[in-house]
Amino acid sequence: MIAYLLKRILLLIPLMLGITLITFTVVHLAPGEPVEMQISMNPKVTAEARERLKEFYGLDKPLHVQYAVWVKKLVMLDFGRSFAPDNRPVIDKIRERIPITLSLNVISLLIEFGLALPIGILAAIRRDTLFDKGMTVFVFLGFAVPTFWLALLLMYLFGVTLGWLPVSGLHSLGSEDYGPFLWFWDMVKHLLIPVSVAAFGSLAGLSRYMRSTMLDVIRQDYITTARAKGLRERTVILRHALRNALLPVITLLGLSVPGLIGGSVIFETIFAIPGMGQLFYGGVMARDYPLVMGILVIGAGLTLIGNMLADIGYAFADPRIRHGQGR
Amino acid sequence: MNRGGIAFLVMVLPLLLLAACDRERGSSPPPRKGPGMPAYGDAIVAGSIGEPSTLIPILATDSASSDISGLVYNGLVRYDKNLQLEGDLAERWDISRDGLTITFHLRRGVTWHDGGEFTSRDVLYTYRVTIDPKTPTAYADSFRQVLKAEAPDDYTFRVTYARPFAPALESWGMPVLPAHLLEGKDITKSPLSRNPVGTGPYIFRQWVAGQRVVLESNPNYYEGRPYIGRYIYKIIPDSSTMYMELKAGGIDQMGISPIQYQRQTGTAKFASKFNKYRYPAAAYTYLAYNLRNPLFADKRVRQALTSAINKKEIIHGVLLGMGQVAHGPFKPGTWAYNPDVRDFDYNPQRAQALLAEAGWRDRNRDGILVKNGKPFQFTILTNQGNDQRLKSAVIIQYRLKAIGIDVKIRVIEWASFLSQFIDKGNFDAVLLAWTITPDPDIFDIWHSSKTGPKEFNFIRYMNPEVDRLLEQGRSTFDMDERKRCYFRLQEIMAEDQPYTFLYVPDALPVVSARFRGIEPAPAGIGHNFIKWYVPKEEQVY
Repeated sequence: MIAYLLKRILLLIPLMLGITLITFTVVHLAPGEPVEMQISMNPKVTAEARERLKEFYGLDKPLHVQYAVWVKKLVMLDFGRSFAPDNRPVIDKIRERIPITLSLNVISLLIEFGLALPIGILAAIRRDTLFDKGMTVFVFLGFAVPTFWLALLLMYLFGVTLGWLPVSGLHSLGSEDYGPFLWFWDMVKHLLIPVSVAAFGSLAGLSRYMRSTMLDVIRQDYITTARAKGLRERTVILRHALRNALLPVITLLGLSVPGLIGGSVIFETIFAIPGMGQLFYGGVMARDYPLVMGILVIGAGLTLIGNMLADIGYAFADPRIRHGQGR
Repeated sequence: MNRGGIAFLVMVLPLLLLAACDRERGSSPPPRKGPGMPAYGDAIVAGSIGEPSTLIPILATDSASSDISGLVYNGLVRYDKNLQLEGDLAERWDISRDGLTITFHLRRGVTWHDGGEFTSRDVLYTYRVTIDPKTPTAYADSFRQVLKAEAPDDYTFRVTYARPFAPALESWGMPVLPAHLLEGKDITKSPLSRNPVGTGPYIFRQWVAGQRVVLESNPNYYEGRPYIGRYIYKIIPDSSTMYMELKAGGIDQMGISPIQYQRQTGTAKFASKFNKYRYPAAAYTYLAYNLRNPLFADKRVRQALTSAINKKEIIHGVLLGMGQVAHGPFKPGTWAYNPDVRDFDYNPQRAQALLAEAGWRDRNRDGILVKNGKPFQFTILTNQGNDQRLKSAVIIQYRLKAIGIDVKIRVIEWASFLSQFIDKGNFDAVLLAWTITPDPDIFDIWHSSKTGPKEFNFIRYMNPEVDRLLEQGRSTFDMDERKRCYFRLQEIMAEDQPYTFLYVPDALPVVSARFRGIEPAPAGIGHNFIKWYVPKEEQVY
């Protein structure tokens, strides 16, 4: 097992290098340069000033040299400094945004699973009833409605017309002086609409998936056996059916882990939430190469690690896989 | 709990339908619009689409950064409400008779926010760090014209130029940096970029990344303590959200769009809570023709294109009337603007006559003009993300179709737009906008020496008389002479039509009605910000 693990980890290194090489090339292939984006048609800037900026960022060197410099720094876990005028270390820029995106995504994910699983299970048990049909319409409505549209309407209703909830952002002005409870309550009020909208939009996939795996399971013989034993329906569903139906869903959960640090640009823009999506989008638009590369590398790294953990976790969880590997 | 959550979401749907009916209900009492006594305190929350990049002004190029820097720092000179230069940190200045030397007499007793005294050493440092080749700044060029800069004593700063250079004075409006905190350090890594120390009316307090910048009034400001206690710059990247925040009371000031101004802010409730302002913005939108292209080589063709475009219709359709027709590169009402110059009014018959004169005729009766076997076709490029420009292009396309010109429109992302099309001269016509600077020196956009790659006369307009006027206009401090140069320049351009000057849009700021003392002027409303106030009984923060 340890040899297997070591091999997997060592294999990550060339894989990571390949990923960075390809992304680095592609990012630089995009037309336009960071310097151009900064001075963007300001007549007061002469060609000389541009050259000076290019030299400052090391953009006057050939691409392979730039790549070598960048990789050399990366090995020492230095993501370099942003090409934006503030010239801050990339890692600082990411660090101040990751907690926001991460916690938002975790909350949305919890709500999504918390709602979609019961919906799917109930819909499977009460198949073809009014509840099942109503829920189908409901979750697909969430799937079909454009998030930004729904978000704007809710903001207008609760923020402007009714005045119950704040319109955007994460905290009210002056929230630093609140007590811990009020501060938390203030943040909850700010997050209510964004989190509901995010969860509503993603209910469909998961709840339909849950419904169909559940349907598969309850048709199986052992469920009939359980019922024949005279077990209560509640026990049959929750103890016997659900456990098996949940296995594929857990895989799905594993797959959504790398997505936790990714943010949605539209979403963050509308709610004025300073998350990773905006940072990345802004970086791409400004051709801020170190920032874009930094976020991509972290994303790629997490995906690789996530995959590896999923493989290992699977081996531990499922005896069939575990024993198959042993031989 | 889960069921409760479902019930919540189910309940939301009917509410949505209600929301669509745009009801306006509010609980706050209508503010009094009476004068009210000036009082210290309260805060103003301004909305901004963008976040500042760095608060060291010479390193920043974005407008959000300069919004903040403008309150934290001072330059030696500044523009007053009528766009005339006046002393800021310089009490006054003398220009030698030959126009080569400017001597600034600095204000005494001005202190930095950390208590240090402002002296000519700071000015000298700002100049030196700006021209230092190691400083990645976009603003070195006008300072590079300086032959010699010296600080004979603590309150005098003298610069000598090789030849008289009129925009020089304006360039000293650059914010002065604190030498005692920066000298001998690497400016690109200075903590001041996120924690600036200036001499201005507001002191930097806090910057929450991606959310807001907070400034606090400077009790020791040399012009007196500003009334408004705090200035909060709130970053809201989406303009619809920002507008809702405005209505919900989350922000006090923002710039609105023509459609919001005309259609969504007419209610009595809005009028009781906010004041709307309207004045010409310092920018013009234009359609530029690539003069390398033989299609546009003939002046008559360009005149015909302008005659075929109905500028009033564009202003009506795109800006809902919130703008005015542009006839040249200057802002109407400023001293350099020549009110007697009118270029070509909308007149399609005249356009057709001019095109016929230039040899363009509809020979095969398909509705498209032809000359030497080639149909009159071209593409208008514009940048992605600017709806007003795209709409203008569509209206132009429609009008040109009517006189037999086939126009295609292409929208391109900004970075590619600059590198693949503008810099390579690879375009027929572009629809863009220029900012109009208070100083009318437009040498960089129109002089024939500025047609190189990555320079701004990208259409390659070359007119020897224009060159001469541009050179003359920047090399004298005599206002009357400059005015003569720029007036003549506008006459020539109206005739030459290197661009079709389309419109000057209006700036449309909205400010909460509790703020008093706002004086709209040619420079806008921000010029007397430190004199804005909220009467004690209406303060909310």
